[in-house]
Amino acid sequence: MQQERQQILILCLSDSDLASKTVAWSVYDGSRPPGDVQMQTGDETEPPYASVLTAMQDGWRVIQLPSLPSYARGHEHETGHLPYEYVLERMVTIDARS
Amino acid sequence: MPVLDKEYLLTAQQMAEFVSLGYLMLPEVVPSGLNQAVHHDLQSYHGAGGRFWFENPHIREVFEIPVVKGALQSLVGPEPIYDHSAVHVVGPSHSQAQSYHADSIIDTRPLGFDVQAFYFCHDTPDEMGPTLILPGSHLRRVNTASIARYKNVAGQRRLACKAGTVVLMHHGIWHCAQPNRTETMRYMFKLRLRPRVEQRNLFNGDDVDDPEVRQLIYQAYQPWQGNEARLDHMARARLWRYVVGNDAADVSFEGAFARMKI
Repeated sequence: MQQERQQILILCLSDSDLASKTVAWSVYDGSRPPGDVQMQTGDETEPPYASVLTAMQDGWRVIQLPSLPSYARGHEHETGHLPYEYVLERMVTIDARS
Repeated sequence: MPVLDKEYLLTAQQMAEFVSLGYLMLPEVVPSGLNQAVHHDLQSYHGAGGRFWFENPHIREVFEIPVVKGALQSLVGPEPIYDHSAVHVVGPSHSQAQSYHADSIIDTRPLGFDVQAFYFCHDTPDEMGPTLILPGSHLRRVNTASIARYKNVAGQRRLACKAGTVVLMHHGIWHCAQPNRTETMRYMFKLRLRPRVEQRNLFNGDDVDDPEVRQLIYQAYQPWQGNEARLDHMARARLWRYVVGNDAADVSFEGAFARMKI
């Protein structure tokens, strides 16, 4: 029986331009069976796509754009998480019997 | 405890590296015989990892080596407070990596910091799962595993090293354990220390005005920092001003401290 599963690709870019450079990335692959090793920290040195735009051109759909950072007076120079984080998805078909 | 001779303290260049990257590697500073003794003791130790520091004389010797003690004194001052210690073990053929995290809880000190010393008593090549760190991440405000969904980050570095290496880390650095693809147990001993004193001017500052030292801070931009890179520069310039004990020191981005009267 054929079923659909979701793959999530998270790309953090260097700025808010969707064509800007990927600086961090993760894949969560719902098509892999439970117990399978997913992408892990440190297992890749090159991102799967150079930018969000490149991923879109390969069929990934953007499902979340980050809000642009706001800079409160007195805290303008503070930093934390990677602010330009995009979530993309792709649906894939699996054979549920396998 | 007497203050060590300044030949054992960190130089300004080493301090600038720590301030900029959030860690400083002291390669092969522990002699081979002591490494072997600690390794042997760890292999036969069955107590709680947090007790090893209190029960094993060899591990205490490691932290009495002048170059190790001097480096720690340069960062957290003489007679730092013991916070905690741990024996971190990654078993043979362990395929699961740890998620990225920053240790402890969000630290509310504006500039003060704890140091975590990671001691590798045996050769720890890349395939054996040396700790993965993200250089330059130590001054970003995150909460423990709030960074866990980042799996790979440009510029991340596994601390592959030879036996006897001690890596000193700022408490805030993003890091995680890695899979061990060898058939041998991987050990790493961690000691966290916090300062009793303000961490100002604790190192050997003979080379503090060396242009190369300033350049280290100016040029420590990391590939993952993107549009925030100049803000990361400001953060390390603030920390530098603190550790050199000179509130007029200005290695900020385009002299922003002076321009903005910071």
